[in-house]
Amino acid sequence: MEFFLIGLVAIGVGTVIWPYVAKTSAPWAGWLSAVAPAAIFLWLLTQAGPIAKGEIPSWSGQWVPQLNVALSFRLDGLGLLLSLLISGIGFLILIYGGAYLKGSPHAVPFFVYIQLFMLAMLGVASSGHLLVLFIFWELTSLASYLLIGLSHSELKARKAALRALFVTGAGGLALMAGILLLGLAGGSFDLHILQQNGDAVRNSPLYPAIFVLVIFGTFTKSAQVPFHFWLPDAMAAPTPVSAYLHSATMVKAGIFLLAKLFPVLGGTAVWHDTLTLTGAATMLLGAVLALAQTDLKRLLAYSTMSALGTLVMLLGIGTELAVTAAMLFLVVHALYKAPLFMIAGVVDKAAGTRDITQLDGLGCQMPFLAGAAALAAFSMSGIPPFIGFIGKELLYEAEINAGGYAVLVTCLGFAANAINVTVALKVGISPFRHRGRLREINPKARNLTLLIGPILLAVAGTIVGIFPAILGDGLIHAAVRDVTRHEPHVHLKLWHGFNWVLALSAVTVAVGVILYIFRDTVRALARVAVHCFPATASEMFDATLAAIIRLSASITRWIQHGNLRLYVAVVLVCLCGLVIAALASTPWTLAVPGSAVRLVPMGIALLIVVSGITAIQSHSTVMAVLAMGGVGLGVALLFAFFGAPDLALTQLLVEILTLVLCALVFRQLPAIRAISSASERNIDLILSAVAGAAVTIALLAVRSAPALDSGRVSADMAAKSLPEANGMNVVNVILVDFRALDTLGEIAVLAIAGMGVAALLLGSGRRDLRAELAIATPLFRTSVTWLTPLLLFMSVVLLFRGHNEPGGGFTGGLLAASALLLKRLAESDRPLHGNRTPLLLIAGGLSAAAISAVPALFFQKTFMSGFWLEGSVWLPFVGKTKFGTPFLFDVGVYFVVIGVCLLILTRLLRTEEPRKVRVA
Amino acid sequence: MSRFPLYIFLLIPLSAAITLILLQGRAVAQRWVSVSSAALLSATGFLLIETVRASGPVILDAGGWAAPVGIRLQADMLSAMMVTITGIVGFCGALHAIAEVPANEERRGFHAFYQFLLFGVCGAFLTNDIFNLYVWFEVMLLSSFVLIALGGKKAQTEGAVKYVVLNIVASLIFLLGAGMIYATFGTLNFTDIGERIARGEGSQVGTRLSAVFLLLAFSAKAGVFPLYAWLPSSYHTPGHTISAVFAGLLTKVGIYALIRTFTTAFQSEQDFIFPLLLWVSLFTMVTGVLGAASQFHTRRILSFHIISQIGYMTLGLALGTEGALMATIFYVIHHILVKTNLFFAAAAIDRTGGGEDLNHTGGLYRSAPWLAGLFLVSALSLGGIPPLSGFWAKLALIKETLGMGAWIAAGIALAVGLLTLFSMTKIWSEAFWKDRPEDTAPARALHWGHVVPMIILATATLILTFYPTYLLELSQIAARQLFIPARL
Repeated sequence: MEFFLIGLVAIGVGTVIWPYVAKTSAPWAGWLSAVAPAAIFLWLLTQAGPIAKGEIPSWSGQWVPQLNVALSFRLDGLGLLLSLLISGIGFLILIYGGAYLKGSPHAVPFFVYIQLFMLAMLGVASSGHLLVLFIFWELTSLASYLLIGLSHSELKARKAALRALFVTGAGGLALMAGILLLGLAGGSFDLHILQQNGDAVRNSPLYPAIFVLVIFGTFTKSAQVPFHFWLPDAMAAPTPVSAYLHSATMVKAGIFLLAKLFPVLGGTAVWHDTLTLTGAATMLLGAVLALAQTDLKRLLAYSTMSALGTLVMLLGIGTELAVTAAMLFLVVHALYKAPLFMIAGVVDKAAGTRDITQLDGLGCQMPFLAGAAALAAFSMSGIPPFIGFIGKELLYEAEINAGGYAVLVTCLGFAANAINVTVALKVGISPFRHRGRLREINPKARNLTLLIGPILLAVAGTIVGIFPAILGDGLIHAAVRDVTRHEPHVHLKLWHGFNWVLALSAVTVAVGVILYIFRDTVRALARVAVHCFPATASEMFDATLAAIIRLSASITRWIQHGNLRLYVAVVLVCLCGLVIAALASTPWTLAVPGSAVRLVPMGIALLIVVSGITAIQSHSTVMAVLAMGGVGLGVALLFAFFGAPDLALTQLLVEILTLVLCALVFRQLPAIRAISSASERNIDLILSAVAGAAVTIALLAVRSAPALDSGRVSADMAAKSLPEANGMNVVNVILVDFRALDTLGEIAVLAIAGMGVAALLLGSGRRDLRAELAIATPLFRTSVTWLTPLLLFMSVVLLFRGHNEPGGGFTGGLLAASALLLKRLAESDRPLHGNRTPLLLIAGGLSAAAISAVPALFFQKTFMSGFWLEGSVWLPFVGKTKFGTPFLFDVGVYFVVIGVCLLILTRLLRTEEPRKVRVA
Repeated sequence: MSRFPLYIFLLIPLSAAITLILLQGRAVAQRWVSVSSAALLSATGFLLIETVRASGPVILDAGGWAAPVGIRLQADMLSAMMVTITGIVGFCGALHAIAEVPANEERRGFHAFYQFLLFGVCGAFLTNDIFNLYVWFEVMLLSSFVLIALGGKKAQTEGAVKYVVLNIVASLIFLLGAGMIYATFGTLNFTDIGERIARGEGSQVGTRLSAVFLLLAFSAKAGVFPLYAWLPSSYHTPGHTISAVFAGLLTKVGIYALIRTFTTAFQSEQDFIFPLLLWVSLFTMVTGVLGAASQFHTRRILSFHIISQIGYMTLGLALGTEGALMATIFYVIHHILVKTNLFFAAAAIDRTGGGEDLNHTGGLYRSAPWLAGLFLVSALSLGGIPPLSGFWAKLALIKETLGMGAWIAAGIALAVGLLTLFSMTKIWSEAFWKDRPEDTAPARALHWGHVVPMIILATATLILTFYPTYLLELSQIAARQLFIPARL
């Protein structure tokens, strides 16, 4: 088994290094790539004997234990049969492809993808673990997508590739679900174990789901009605691809998996009915559609579809005879279909057309090709002594003994087989018949390398036809045994004596020949039949896809409409909904805390509400800004009233600065315009009122719940503030020590905001706004000259005493910024500085805050721990002060605040030339 | 508990940001400071992962104040993984910025804002404190807003306004939730909240209301239906580097916060929250992927896909089992790598293929086959094609979904996967396969800075493809740690 796996790895390596190999050894590229599959093929032949005796080569290793995926390979009779086809035909295709695509720009990608495909397909055939099989399975779909799209300049090829990927991809996803369920029902993903647990799976309640999913997966892959349409379209791929993927190997993957899972899922009524009927329908439809075609490759594609239907039908019938017929037909079909495809490719090259009505007379110019074509066509027609004959005999025998459906499937089978004869004649004989004119042959087609594949395969079909035991007693028996789990006793013979089956065979050939003779009439009739359908399956697929895209476009337009107002509305609606859901599912009460219903806070609340409404109603920006200032003032008053002087002070300073900055900005904006209609505003009003009510009720409900007895962090903080953090002002201690990390983040936010404003206010910025403001009156200047130092001094005092009394870096910084702001406004004759100084202040402040966190590390203490100097210093206006790293941190805050305010201010004062600004 | 200097993850980007402010105007130096900072982050991140794997979660009480009085930084496996991936994406983004970010944006402070963003993201992943998390969200929100709008184009300003307004509303809800938590439990520490709930402290109504407020806030940040409008409005507008890094990282912070909130703190609310989250996840998947199907512009397609994939991640959380959580965590990391790389690919397509409108691009399969390969790795991985990393993510998730009998969820997740693949093939087919249309803008040359990050991320994806066990093992440890009620 190691030999086989090394072969797989070699193919994989070949895939990766191919672009390089192709460059260096172009003429030998095809041959070189054929080495690995040839070696694998020969090794497989040596294993045929042991496998027939039941000595199964296997190998397993770990891969993803968390998901129960083991790299397990197991080459049983069924796997061997498929592997032989893949490696044997693959070897020939690579040689053929090298010659076929000589000089084409598609040659390199062809070899990359076809080797990837071969690897994947051999993986499917040899996997012993369902999920590993699935991985390879999906890889075949992917390789098929890339190969169908080789002629990627053509829209047709791209569309065909997408159809194939979509159909097989959908099947793949279903299969994945099916496999996962199978693992649940059967207790393992190991195929060998599953095959022995068939009864458990069949009796599981999951069986119907598993069945549907697996069947969907395999039917899409093997082009069963109604998922067949991708296969004929896939003929957009270059001929070597069609010959390999879409006749001999990939489409057989579905059949292979059905056979593999036969012991697990088969034997039920639903299996029998579904497979038999779908298979029969596909078989007939493929045959009829084939009659309507004139393109060689499409003709072959539809006959392949018919053959796939036959195989599924046989697995549905499920008797030993039927399974044997299926296994044999799997080989037979590959042996004639692959050479016919390759021949079609050469014909196309030679004559420049694939239209059978245009093709004739190639025989005398290309005798070897004609010979191979004839051999393959005879085999396909089921004429003795070719292997196709044995296949057909067995097929009829299985159909006649098919139990309940015997009559139906025999009749349909007869029709399909007769049409098969016609197709064989059209493809294998007609183009070569001499009808009295010689045509120009493209010299490129006269390449002997192109003939190797067809001739070898056609001859092989003849030899095994004469000596069927080569196949029958070893390979086929081993494969049948794997499917039915019994020792098979059907033996392959060329001659069964004169019986009904032989007569049926003879009539089939006769009818086929008649259909061939009247081919033009028959084609016309078939076309009429085809036109009875309103649309082809491909058209329906395209229409469905287009409908999905249209639907998605309208849904998306509906959700992603671009209206910010409605986006916010959706969030608020969700908020209300969630609050209602939460309150509906838990017990709650509503009690308004007594502290809130006193006169002063109610008055402040009124101020906030009135200011807010004024801001909304106002049409003047200045008025709106002032009103918002009123809201801020109210909040500051509330802080002060409920005993948080630090917060109140900070809030107040922030409000003042904001007011000034906003005044500077909004001077340049036009008046507020109403951009929504009155009714929209009413709806918004209702919605925001409801959302506000929901939040209020939620907050009150939380507050009304029984309070915690103890364990509030704030209590701990108050207790630790002075003894452990050397500060009497708990608020400041929280900011610079207990939760200094928050503050570090917040000053970063400030820095980003300041720098962001500076960065986003674009334009020239050459005009100094101060000249226009004309506030630098002599009185203003004079007062500023003495006010600025005073304010700066006060700000420093605030900074220093902040740890013990209201104040701190934030408040201090804001005050200092106000002072510097006044100074800047007054000094309208001195030019404004650039961004440099404010940026240095910001960087310096951030550094101070960051550095303050570090000293503790040198003393084996935690990051950001306070590190205090011994003793304390008495300072005027401040009192006794201790110095430590938290103070350094606060200094950092102080400078960041100053830097940010200055940066924004400087930028706002240097505006660009006035221009019309539109409010969006 | 082992010792690890967790603060290093904050000090690295912060000191880089400070240095970058001081280096203003010296672009070359700035670029390399930014790159080194992120490289250092990712390297330290791997050390953290190994430390956590060897000896369990790492904690650090900032300022030496034992939680819950002080703020605790805590790195369990999930945090360690997220910080590391932040470093990796940050590194790739910093490299990409060298090639992509125009000089005027560098002058306006791009690199400093970028490091501030990483600062915020790292802080968010490491903190064990709900209010501190709010602060980190602020840092991220403001720096990301500036980064979106930095180019000064009209579309960017419009996108940025929608982005910031909706995110501020979400932040406000977050803050309300944090306030309710403090009112109910008297603590802000995640672990402490969880313990107090387990001890029966805190009112039922307070617990539930805080939980729904946080659910709403974090869902909006994560980009969950119907709160994701900010994402497709803004993500296609900024410079490519920023789109890519945002696409990879930012929504994941929301996912992370959801995971953290509903495992470490509000495990008790799972029964109430998760059924809702399950349906929300399904809607997110479907509407996201339909959005992508309707677009014909590379970055718009990719942006809608972020949403769709977010649905998978929240689905894993909503299923509420350890296995599903493992799947979610694996999904998050996989998606960060793949999505960032797809946006990098979009940048390369924009430059060499002639733009972002798929009608006017083409011919890249022939002119840039290596780009085709790199794109394909990420695109197919996003589509969940085996054996690429996205397949393992999907397999882990679907397996758990089916195992729990959530048939509808599994079916929708699979169907959405097909449509995902469809939109990826749309980009593939139009930009790569199709011939170059006549009216296409001329190709501009690619800088190495465009290519190297793509190769790094594609390599990471391929490692996850063939050796998913490493990340799965980490995800498993992470999920297990989240499921064991932690002790303060």
